[in-house]
Amino acid sequence: MPAVERPLIYANLRKPGYTVDIDCYLRHGGYEALRKAVALKPEEVCKEVEVSGLRGRGGAGFPTGMKWKFLDRKSGKPAYLVVNADESEPGTYKDRQIIYKDPHQMLEGIAITAWAIQAKQAFIYIRGEFIHGAKILERAIAEAKAKGFLGQNILGSGYSCEVVVHRGGGCYVCGEETGLIESLEGKRGYPRIKPPYFPAVLGLYNCPTIVNNAETMAQVKHVLAFGGAEFAKIGIPGDSGTHIWGVSGLVKRPGLYEIEAGKATFGELLYDLCGGPLDGRKIKAIIPGGSSTKILKVGERFKGKLANGTEFDWALEDIPLDANSIAACGTGLGTGGTIVIDDSVEMIQALSNLNAFYAHETCGQCTPCREGSLWLSRVSKRITTGGGLETDVPLLLDIANQVAGRTICAHGEAVAWPVQSAVPKFKDEYLESIRKRQAGEAVPKLKLI
Amino acid sequence: MRPLIPMHESPSSAPARALKPETLAKAPAIIAQYPQKRSATMPLLHLAQEDRGYITKDDMHWIAELVGVTPMQVLEVVTFYPMFRQSPIGRRHVRVCRTLSCALRGSYALMENLEQSLNCQRGETSPDGDFTLEFVECIADCGCGPVVHVDASMHENVKPEDADKFAAQLKATLKDPSYGQNPPVPGTPEWNG
Repeated sequence: MPAVERPLIYANLRKPGYTVDIDCYLRHGGYEALRKAVALKPEEVCKEVEVSGLRGRGGAGFPTGMKWKFLDRKSGKPAYLVVNADESEPGTYKDRQIIYKDPHQMLEGIAITAWAIQAKQAFIYIRGEFIHGAKILERAIAEAKAKGFLGQNILGSGYSCEVVVHRGGGCYVCGEETGLIESLEGKRGYPRIKPPYFPAVLGLYNCPTIVNNAETMAQVKHVLAFGGAEFAKIGIPGDSGTHIWGVSGLVKRPGLYEIEAGKATFGELLYDLCGGPLDGRKIKAIIPGGSSTKILKVGERFKGKLANGTEFDWALEDIPLDANSIAACGTGLGTGGTIVIDDSVEMIQALSNLNAFYAHETCGQCTPCREGSLWLSRVSKRITTGGGLETDVPLLLDIANQVAGRTICAHGEAVAWPVQSAVPKFKDEYLESIRKRQAGEAVPKLKLI
Repeated sequence: MRPLIPMHESPSSAPARALKPETLAKAPAIIAQYPQKRSATMPLLHLAQEDRGYITKDDMHWIAELVGVTPMQVLEVVTFYPMFRQSPIGRRHVRVCRTLSCALRGSYALMENLEQSLNCQRGETSPDGDFTLEFVECIADCGCGPVVHVDASMHENVKPEDADKFAAQLKATLKDPSYGQNPPVPGTPEWNG
C-alpha cells in the first residue's frame, strides 16, 4: 500500500481559504482544547502530555511530559515558557508553515503549556528573518487576548499569561536552548554550560524555564484535543503523533509531508510521495533530519536490534519513519528535514557546503568548535576545488574527532557528525575527487561551494 | 565574520540621520514587555535599523542608556548577529540562500547570474546604490529552493536561468513603496514572505 499522509498539524492550514485570523480558527474548532485544559488542574494537563508519549519536535526528541516534570517548582521563582521558533537547522522549514498560516494553533498550545507549568509569561523566540511571521503572531496574540484566550484572566479561570514575540538576529546557535536564553536576555547568544544551567532550573533570568519547539506547542494542542491516551494511539509505542517530513534537495517533488510516526518508510517518502529522483539521476545519499544528523547512504544495510527486541536488516528504503527505528540506524529523526543528494554531485561538495555553514555559525566560544569548524571547511573546500591531498581525508576525521564532545553546546557535535558519518561511508569517493582534481578534471557543474 | 568597527570610528563618511521621533516613542512600550530591561536590546536594535537602515554609535548609546548597560555591551550584541549592520546598504537587500538544500537547486549559479543582472558583486552594493547582494545561510524555506529573501519578502523557486527576469522584477519594486510592507495573504503566491 502506498504511503499516505495523515495531516494533523497541517490539517487546517492546507485547506483552501483557511486564513490566519481568529474567527477562521474558531470556526475550525479552535481553542476548544484550551477550554478542556483550564477545566483540568495544571498537573492533570502535565499528566495528559506525559501519557500521550509526545516527544519534542525540535530535533532532540526528548519526551515533552518528562521535560515539564524537571521544572523546578520549589524555588519560589517565577517560571517562564520560551517557545523556540528560531527554525534554523538547514533543511528544516516546518515551523514556518505553522507561524505563517495557522498561528493560533501554536498559540493555543502555548496557552495550554503555560497553564500546565503555571508560567505567567511566555516568549516566542522567532527567527529574525521571519519579519512578517512576527507581525502575524503579534496580531494573533492581540486577537486571542481580546477574546480571553491569552492575557489577563484566561477563560475566566483567574489565571493570566502574557505572550511576547521576540525576534532573533539571524544566528544559528540561538536555536540551542541556552544560547536562545542568553539572546533573549539581550546578550550574545553564547550557549551556557550544563550543569548548572539546565533551563528547567536556571533558565531565563536564572529562573525555571521550559523551552519547547514551535511545532511541539501545536502538537500539545492536539494532545489535549484527543486526550493523552487517544493521542498515544497515533503513531507507534514510543513515538506518538505525526512527523512533518520536510524534503528538500534533488527529488521531483520536494515539500512537506505529514506522516503518522512509523507508518511509512524512507522509500515510500522519497519515491512515492516525493516522486523519486530527477529524471536520469539516482539518489546517492540522504541527510534524514536536518543537516546535523548523520548521513545515510543508498545501498547500505542497517542491521541490529530495536529496543523491543525485534531484529532488523534494512536497506535505506526500508527504514520506518519513527524516532526509534531511525536512531537504531545510527542517525536521528532530528527535525525531519530530509536533504536528498543524487549522483550528479560529488559527496565532498555537499560536505564542503555544510562545513562552510558550521564555520559561519560557530559562536566562537569554545576553541575546538571555533577552530575545528574553520579547518574542516578549508580542508573540504580544497579537496573539492583542487589542491587536496590524500592525507586530507583522514585529516577531516581527525579534526572532527577533536571537536565532538569537547564543547559547551551541541554545536560541536553538529560540526563533527556530518564529517564523522560521511568520511567512513564516502572515503573512496573523496579520494576519487582528489585524484580527479589532480588529473585536471573539473568540479561537477552544479556548484555547492 | 565581519570586522568589528571600533566605537570611536564612524562607519560612514556622511553624517547619520537621527532616528524619527515616532521610532523613539516606541521604545518604552517595547521595554515594558520584558521583566528585565536588557532583554529589549535586540528589539530596540531592530527598531533603529528598520528606521534608518543601519545602526549607529549614537543608537547604541541611546539603547544602552534605556536598558541600563554600557554601550560596549550593545556593540557586542550588534557584532554577534548577522542581521545587524553598522553601515548603509542598497535600497533593496537581496539575500540568496547558500546552504545545501538551496545549493542543490542551483543557488550558486543563481548568484553568479544575479551578479551580472544586478551589476553587483556578492557582498557589495551596486554602484547606483539600488541593490546590496549577499549570500546568507539557511533561511528555512528549503523545499522551495533556491530562495531569495529581499528586504522582508521571500521569493521562492528562483531558477538560475530566470535571474534576468527576477532582477527586472526587483528593479520594478524600487518604484513601489508598498513592496514588502504588509504580511502576505495566505493562499497567495507571496504568503511566505
